[in-house]
Amino acid sequence: MRRLTVPLLAGGAAVALVALLAFGLLRQGGGGDVVGRPAPATPLPVLGRPGVQRSLAAFRGRVVVVNVFASWCGPCRAEAPILRSEQPRLQARGATVLGVTYNDNEDDATAFVRRHRLGFPILRDVDERFSRDLGVVGVPETFVVDRRGRVVAARRAPVDRAFIRRAVAEAL
Amino acid sequence: MRRAALLAVLALAGPAGATAATPRTSLPDVEDEVICVTCNVPLTIAESAEADRERAFIRRRIAAGDTKDEIKDALVAQYGERVLGTPAGDSGIDLAACLVPGLVVLGGLAGLAVALPRWRRRRTDGGSEPLAPALAPADARRLDEELARFDAETPG
Repeated sequence: MRRLTVPLLAGGAAVALVALLAFGLLRQGGGGDVVGRPAPATPLPVLGRPGVQRSLAAFRGRVVVVNVFASWCGPCRAEAPILRSEQPRLQARGATVLGVTYNDNEDDATAFVRRHRLGFPILRDVDERFSRDLGVVGVPETFVVDRRGRVVAARRAPVDRAFIRRAVAEAL
Repeated sequence: MRRAALLAVLALAGPAGATAATPRTSLPDVEDEVICVTCNVPLTIAESAEADRERAFIRRRIAAGDTKDEIKDALVAQYGERVLGTPAGDSGIDLAACLVPGLVVLGGLAGLAVALPRWRRRRTDGGSEPLAPALAPADARRLDEELARFDAETPG
């Protein structure tokens, strides 16, 4: 039995280490199907309003088009005009776009919002926790959340009007 | 007239020169202590659009006269603690990065706790384990008889 002590200990440690790493890998974000799951309710700072935080819970009862973007992202710049022009149409139907910045500082995000004249609320995902909960691995990614706070559609690429209109219609 | 003009120029330049902040750190000094939050590599070697934005942010803070610690605090306010490159501990891999070194140390200490007493016991015994097991009495008697016969037959 004594001869087996060290090999058993070493083997147990190796198994524990592999299990811990596997647990870590499984918990990492990375795509994944978030459709049908509750959207994260993490409170996030509101861009341009120091000290103020909001979460998706504040939008409960409305359909929300959550657009995760960054000012340094080329495709985000390309889809911004679509989101800007869709916002009034969504508001008329009781829905809204909600921008969430991704790995972006306040100055650059604010300049982006001004440059593209975005007229919807923007939250700042400072530590990437909100984005990770949605499985975001890059930007832009867009998620449609229904009135009960569940993700009903996801697009892990730049969006077009057809996607927004179809997903929102199904969510309403 | 010329003197008056010169005095006027100096008077205008004085306050303008005074408003420019004196740099209290440098970009290399800061960027090798923070990471690119999209690439997860030290900012000093990161090449991405987001890394460029972090560097631009740092340059703005340097121009404003911030110290290195103030700039790092500002980066944390913008990007979270992860910008410092330390594990946050709230994801699986971060948890592993925090726990594994401690577990390795504990395992080593446990191994020493098991092995050290054994080493000490061997040393106090002087390594006096017999090389071979003792003979049974019948075998010892037969060996003596054989040796006596050998002695008697061997000349001189």
